[in-house]
Amino acid sequence: MTETYREINLSSNHRTTEDTMPQVQETVFSLQSVGIKYGDFSAVSNVNMEIYKNQVTAFIGPSGCGKSTLLRTFNRMNDLVLNSKVVGEVAYQGKNIYDQDVDPVEVRRRIGMVFQQPNPFPKSIYDNIAFGPRNHGVKEGIDDIVENSLRNAALWDEVKNKLKSPALSLSGGQQQRLCIARSIAVEPDVILMDEPASALDPIATLKIEHLMRELAAKYTIVVVTHNMQQALRVSDKTAFFNLEVDEEKDTRTGVLVEYGPTTKLFTDPKNEKTSDYIKGKFG
Amino acid sequence: MTLLSTPRSTTKDVAIALQTSKASTRKERLFQLFLLFSTLVGLVILVVLLVDIVVDGFSSLDLGFFTDYTSRRPEDTGIRAGLTGTLSLMVLVALIAFPIGVGSAIYLESFAPRTWFTRFMQLNITNLAGVPSVVYGLLAAALFAYILNFGRTLITGALALVLLILPVIIVAGKESIKAVPPSIYQGAIALGATPWQAVYKQVLPVAMPGILTGTILALSRAIGEAAPILVAGAVFSRRADSEPWNLTEPFAALPVQIFDFVKRPQEAFQVEVAAAGILVMLFVLLLMNSAAIVLRNRYSK
Repeated sequence: MTETYREINLSSNHRTTEDTMPQVQETVFSLQSVGIKYGDFSAVSNVNMEIYKNQVTAFIGPSGCGKSTLLRTFNRMNDLVLNSKVVGEVAYQGKNIYDQDVDPVEVRRRIGMVFQQPNPFPKSIYDNIAFGPRNHGVKEGIDDIVENSLRNAALWDEVKNKLKSPALSLSGGQQQRLCIARSIAVEPDVILMDEPASALDPIATLKIEHLMRELAAKYTIVVVTHNMQQALRVSDKTAFFNLEVDEEKDTRTGVLVEYGPTTKLFTDPKNEKTSDYIKGKFG
Repeated sequence: MTLLSTPRSTTKDVAIALQTSKASTRKERLFQLFLLFSTLVGLVILVVLLVDIVVDGFSSLDLGFFTDYTSRRPEDTGIRAGLTGTLSLMVLVALIAFPIGVGSAIYLESFAPRTWFTRFMQLNITNLAGVPSVVYGLLAAALFAYILNFGRTLITGALALVLLILPVIIVAGKESIKAVPPSIYQGAIALGATPWQAVYKQVLPVAMPGILTGTILALSRAIGEAAPILVAGAVFSRRADSEPWNLTEPFAALPVQIFDFVKRPQEAFQVEVAAAGILVMLFVLLLMNSAAIVLRNRYSK
C-alpha cells in the first residue's frame, strides 16, 4: 500500500527513481481498444492502457485531444452526454463496466470524480459530505464520516468550527478540497480528477497536489491536467494524448501517443511528438 | 474622425468638439419625456381604478359582508359563498395542479428521452399556456361535468382551473429546473446517487423557489378567472346549509359573484357591492403575490 507513497519535494522536482517502486503492480483498470464517439464524431480512438492501484496516473496533452472524455468513461459519466457511445472494453477489476448487466450507479459509487470547477452543493459543508453516504443507506456515524473525510482532504482544521455554514462561502481551493472530501466519504476505490486545480490559484493548487500524493496511499488516482509541471510533480505514470488528423478523410481523433513512468516520459520520451509537447513546442 | 486623425488639433478645437450640441440634447429630453409618459399612463390608470373602487366599495365592507350569503337587498348581501368557494377552489387547485405540474416538469426536463416526440409535447404545452381560459371551462364542462358525470360541482370547477394553470406551472417548473447548473446534477451523479436522488435531493431544492413562485402566480391568475368556472358550473349563490368544502356540491366563487353583482338591475349592487367584492378579491390576490415574494426571498438566501 504505502510503498508507492513518497514525500514529494515540490521545489526541486527531486523524486525517487522508478527502480525503488514495487515491480508487481496491481491493475485496477484495463482498457482495450477503447474509443468514444459522439454521433459520427470520433473523440478518442483505440486506447489500450492499464491503470495501477495506489498510483497517480496523469493524462496530459493539448486541448481537444479527448483526455477528459476518456476520463469520463472510467465512471460512465459520459452516459450523461447525448449520443455518446463507447466501444472497446473498459475493465474495472476485470469486469467491463460497459456490459449490459452493470449498473452505472454502482460503478460511480466505487469510482468517484472531482471536476474542473469546484461544484459543491448549495448546502452546508456537513450536508455536502453527508449526501453520498446517506444515499447509500448509511444512517449512523455520519458525523465520523464527515470528520474523517474532511481530515483526509486536509480541510478539517479550516472548517471544523463551521460545519453548518454554506459550502459556497468557502474559497475556491477549499471548495475543491470539499469536493474531494465528498468523494472520499463514499469510500471509493478510484478517484478521477478532471483538471482539479485549473481554476485555482498557485497556493491552492499546491495543496491539492499535496493532497493527491497523500491520497494515493489509499486510493488510485487518475488526473487530467493541462499543466505538465503538475503531472511531473504528482504522478507516477503519465499518458500523453494527442490529436491525430486524417487529411484524406478530414477527420480528427484523440489517440494515446505514449504511456509510461512519469520520469521516463519526461526525461527520455520515445515518441517525437511527446518530446515536442513536453518541450512546449505545441499544445 | 478628424479629431482622431489629426494629431496636431489644438486645444481650442477639442473644446469645440466636446461642446454639447443643442439638437441632440433636445432629442434626448424628448425621448425621456416619452418614456416617463408611458410609465405614467399605466400608473395613473391603476391609481384611478384603485381609488374608484375604494371610494365605491369601502362603505359596503363590514363584517356582515363577509359572513352573509347573497341577498336581494344590497345592504344585506354578502360574499360568504364566494369567499369560501374561492378558498376551497384555491386549495383544491393547488393540491391537484402542483404535484402533476411539477412532476411533468421534472420528467420533461430531466428524464424524458430527447426525441422528436418529447419536443413536440413541450411545444404543445407551451402553446396550451396561451389558450383562452373559457376554452378550458368548456372542456371541463364537457369532460368532467357530463362525460365523467361529476356534474356542475366544486370538483368540476377546480379541474377546469387545474387545466388552465397546468401548462403555466409546467413551463415555470421546467425553466426553474433548467436554470440549475448542470454541475450540481453531475456532482451528485458522480457520488453514486441515482438520477432520482440527484434530482430530488439536489436539483429540486435549488429549483424550488422558482417553481413555487410560478405556481402561486399561476394560482392567483386562476382564482381571478370568472369565465372558465362559470362555464364549468359555478353558481351565483349557495344555499346557506351547504358545505363549501363538499366536492360534489354546487359552488360559488368571488369573480363569479362580482359578475353577478354587476349585472343586477339595482345601482347599489352594480357600484358599491361589486366594488366591495373586487376589493376583497384584490386583497386575496395581493396576499398570494406577497406570499410568492416572501417564499422566493426566503429560499434564495
